[in-house]
Amino acid sequence: MRTGWPTQLAQLILVLGLAPLLTGVTRKVRARLLRRRGASVVQPYRDLLKLIRKEVVVAENASWLFRAAPYVIFATTWVAAALVPTFATGLPLGAAADLIVIVALLGTARFMLALAGLDVGTSFGGIGSSREMMFASLAEPAMLMAVFTLSLFAGSTELSSISAFMLGPRAGLSISVALALVALIIVALGENARIPVDNPATHLELTMVHEAMILEYSGRHLAVIEAAAFVKLLLYLSLIACVFVPWGTAVAGAGLFGYALGLGLYAGKLALLGFLLSVFETAIAKMRVFRVPEFLGVALMLGLLGTMLLFVSRAPH
Amino acid sequence: MSIPSPWLLSELAAGAIGVLLMLSALGSLIARRPLGSRLIYGACTLVCGALTATALAALLGPSPHPAMLQLPVGLPLDHTLIGFDRLSAAFVLIVNLATAIVSGYAIGYGVHAREPRRVVPFYPAFVAGMNLVLLAQDAFSFLIGWEFMSLASWALVVSDHTSAENRRAALVYLIMATGGALTLLFGFGLLAGSAGGYTFDEIRRAAPAGVGPLVLVLALVGTGSKAGLVPLHAWLPLAHPAAPSHVSALMSGVMTKVAVYGFVRIVFDLAGAPAWWWSLPVLLVAAVTTLLGVLYALMEHDLKRLLAYHTVENIGIIFIGLGLALAFEATGLKSAAALSLTAAIFHVFNHSLFKSLLFLGSGAVLHATGERDMEQLGGLIHRMPVTAVTFLAGCIAISALPPFNGFVSEWLTFQAILLSPQLPQWVPRLLVPAVGATLACSAALAATCFVKAFGISFLGRARSTNASTAHETDGFSQGAMLLLACACLAAGLLPGYVIDALAPVTQLLLGTRLAVQSAQPWLRIVPIDPARSAYDGALVAVMIVVAAATTALVVRRFASHALRRSAPWDCGFPDASTATQYTAGSFAQPIRRVFGSAVFRARERVTMPEPGDSSPARLEVDVHDTLWETLYVPVVRLVDAVTERVNRMQFLTIRSYLTLVFAALVLLLVIVGGWR
Repeated sequence: MRTGWPTQLAQLILVLGLAPLLTGVTRKVRARLLRRRGASVVQPYRDLLKLIRKEVVVAENASWLFRAAPYVIFATTWVAAALVPTFATGLPLGAAADLIVIVALLGTARFMLALAGLDVGTSFGGIGSSREMMFASLAEPAMLMAVFTLSLFAGSTELSSISAFMLGPRAGLSISVALALVALIIVALGENARIPVDNPATHLELTMVHEAMILEYSGRHLAVIEAAAFVKLLLYLSLIACVFVPWGTAVAGAGLFGYALGLGLYAGKLALLGFLLSVFETAIAKMRVFRVPEFLGVALMLGLLGTMLLFVSRAPH
Repeated sequence: MSIPSPWLLSELAAGAIGVLLMLSALGSLIARRPLGSRLIYGACTLVCGALTATALAALLGPSPHPAMLQLPVGLPLDHTLIGFDRLSAAFVLIVNLATAIVSGYAIGYGVHAREPRRVVPFYPAFVAGMNLVLLAQDAFSFLIGWEFMSLASWALVVSDHTSAENRRAALVYLIMATGGALTLLFGFGLLAGSAGGYTFDEIRRAAPAGVGPLVLVLALVGTGSKAGLVPLHAWLPLAHPAAPSHVSALMSGVMTKVAVYGFVRIVFDLAGAPAWWWSLPVLLVAAVTTLLGVLYALMEHDLKRLLAYHTVENIGIIFIGLGLALAFEATGLKSAAALSLTAAIFHVFNHSLFKSLLFLGSGAVLHATGERDMEQLGGLIHRMPVTAVTFLAGCIAISALPPFNGFVSEWLTFQAILLSPQLPQWVPRLLVPAVGATLACSAALAATCFVKAFGISFLGRARSTNASTAHETDGFSQGAMLLLACACLAAGLLPGYVIDALAPVTQLLLGTRLAVQSAQPWLRIVPIDPARSAYDGALVAVMIVVAAATTALVVRRFASHALRRSAPWDCGFPDASTATQYTAGSFAQPIRRVFGSAVFRARERVTMPEPGDSSPARLEVDVHDTLWETLYVPVVRLVDAVTERVNRMQFLTIRSYLTLVFAALVLLLVIVGGWR
């Protein structure tokens, strides 16, 4: 436990430091696949710095909630990301919150973001909030059902335990876990405003969901919200890596080499997942808004099916 | 400090009920003056506060055996028994804590009543009735308290009798309440059996065998009609909003909990050992209630009706916990049963806090603007800052988001669901994951619903003159709402103490309890095993605060401090008209399209004018209350048709009457003859 705290601190800083880079890499890969040269992978850092130095323009009738919301959104997302084991398990804060709490923390962030979208009283903010909450009302239960599947499979809702179980001898190939993986990927696409659900690069207002909610933000507020979005993408990819490809993750007391190996492998896993995400995004078209509930509904059904299968297949004690 | 003896506690509680009844009588004399109504509400606050303390002593006191007080009133051949056992104590605590704070709100809010004499005298009587139900240790006192509670609250619903809508609400409520009480009467009759011992002790000792399933159904119908289980929920969204807001808070936040108590008392305590399949109807009804409750709430744009529908959802969540507890208990999985029951009663506690808070907030809004319709509100966060902050706290809590209390009970329910593969029977193992999915869906939909409720009412720009001239509510009301908001946060940060306080209840009903949570490190809660699951509300909250503060400090240190106020950007086309904002209807439109077409037969029809025609385009939305139309309307029609037939007998000739009398006589004689 004593070695846990430096790891925890390192992870808190690591998720923050790596998140813009991950977004930069996915953008770069995407641009290359579209035969563009694309911006440098460090462009997101530059964007954040640029935004932070700019003046903030706030609408006249914006309330305190509008100005406080970015910090709440960022803080809850950051805390949630710090709870997902990245390069080492056995995080001391991880024992305070399990996977259900992580889902709920993201829910808190989304709740504040949707309220911030409604605060100024414009039609674009409202359309973004309304659609975001509609997506969430299917994506969140789908994620929870995937969480249920994993928890039932591993006998725990703690991420460290799930990760350890997946490494252990008792975890074989399972249809339920595969279903949970598909559900989780669909949810990750939806929740991170990726194609086919939302387009992070669009400039046509009516096709935006996430961008429409934050349309009124500028300067440092926008920087904080953008950073939260970067961290959220990192969180989902780390979660998939931690649960489905747990190999190489350092366990408590692994020694310096173990940690270095974990770190290197984690960076590799992230890069690979980010690459796959970009490939998927360039290969598919964006959906109409009312196709999205069907897409996310598939995730919910897969998650439920995975849980059901485990309920039925597990022999009672 | 020495804990007072159980006798003293029971006497104190009985005395408190007596004082409430006297306040009721006094209220009818002095209610006309503002000072008089303030006095009555203030006295209610004190009495309920005292009852809360008494119940706490009874719940955590050393003596596990209840002390019964036999009152010298009641039926001649029966005892009127009043006293605390641990279950009563827990519910008296929950009910009176919320009621005390709501009464404090009413000191300020109650003077706005148009006709105080129709409200003030019934308020203490209502509270007394609820406490009598909880403290009763025999079936007759229970039912008398139940009816007292129903009738007093009916009088409060009809207090604003000038509106036809309220009169209809009161009628529907009266019919449902009567039906519910009747089923409970049958239920207790079955439990007492032919020997006829109506005290709870006698029922426990000598309940006839084989009546359990029937009692379960009667209890589900009887208490479910009061609590708002679908399809018996129809009166809640009519009656709860019709009453003055502090009474709405009590009816929705507190009285439904008395109904939950009734169910727990009858099914877990009196009806004997459950069979495993008892859980099936409970879980099924609870899951449907949860999902339909929140969907109805999403379609609703009247703030108080939205809250009332949300009570339906939360009652569903509570009954999911109770159903799981039944399933686990019947199969001997004691610790899982204790977890489920704790989750359910924890949610009872949470809901009594945040639903009261939200109704009080809606009352403040109603008084400040005269509006319940969200489409007429907007921008209240600027003019009602305290109400806005407390209402926001309530919204976060009811949406089950950390670090507030609603999340903890929902998390515990999820943990209970994750234990259910241990159940040996196939049917619940197929049903429970579906119930879990329903619960997950409704949690997300609840968040959507409360983004709508808060976002449309408090954020944005004022949609009417009433909303733009609103003012903050009085000090008593603000204090009460702040207190409830703090209670919601405290229960979310320190859930371990609440779980420990509920342990005597599971000990009494199931013979086991969860591990002592206050012994866990770092205020953590660990329902079963730390390697399996743990939650630390306080630590999560500290982490969020530290993270937010660090971010704010760093940004403050390195970022530009320039800030300019200007017109909204809105992609370059800001519109001065407040009508261009998103409304509650437009916010709920995607949900209506996704879920509503099946549940509410929602149809949208867009009429576009021909090109060149300058008439406006029209969007017509058609939403049906399918449950009301398929279940209630046929019953109403049947009753109408039957009464129409019966009515004809009023206009017969004397010969026809004589013939009828003769025929009836012959028929009766034939029946009696056949019987012999």
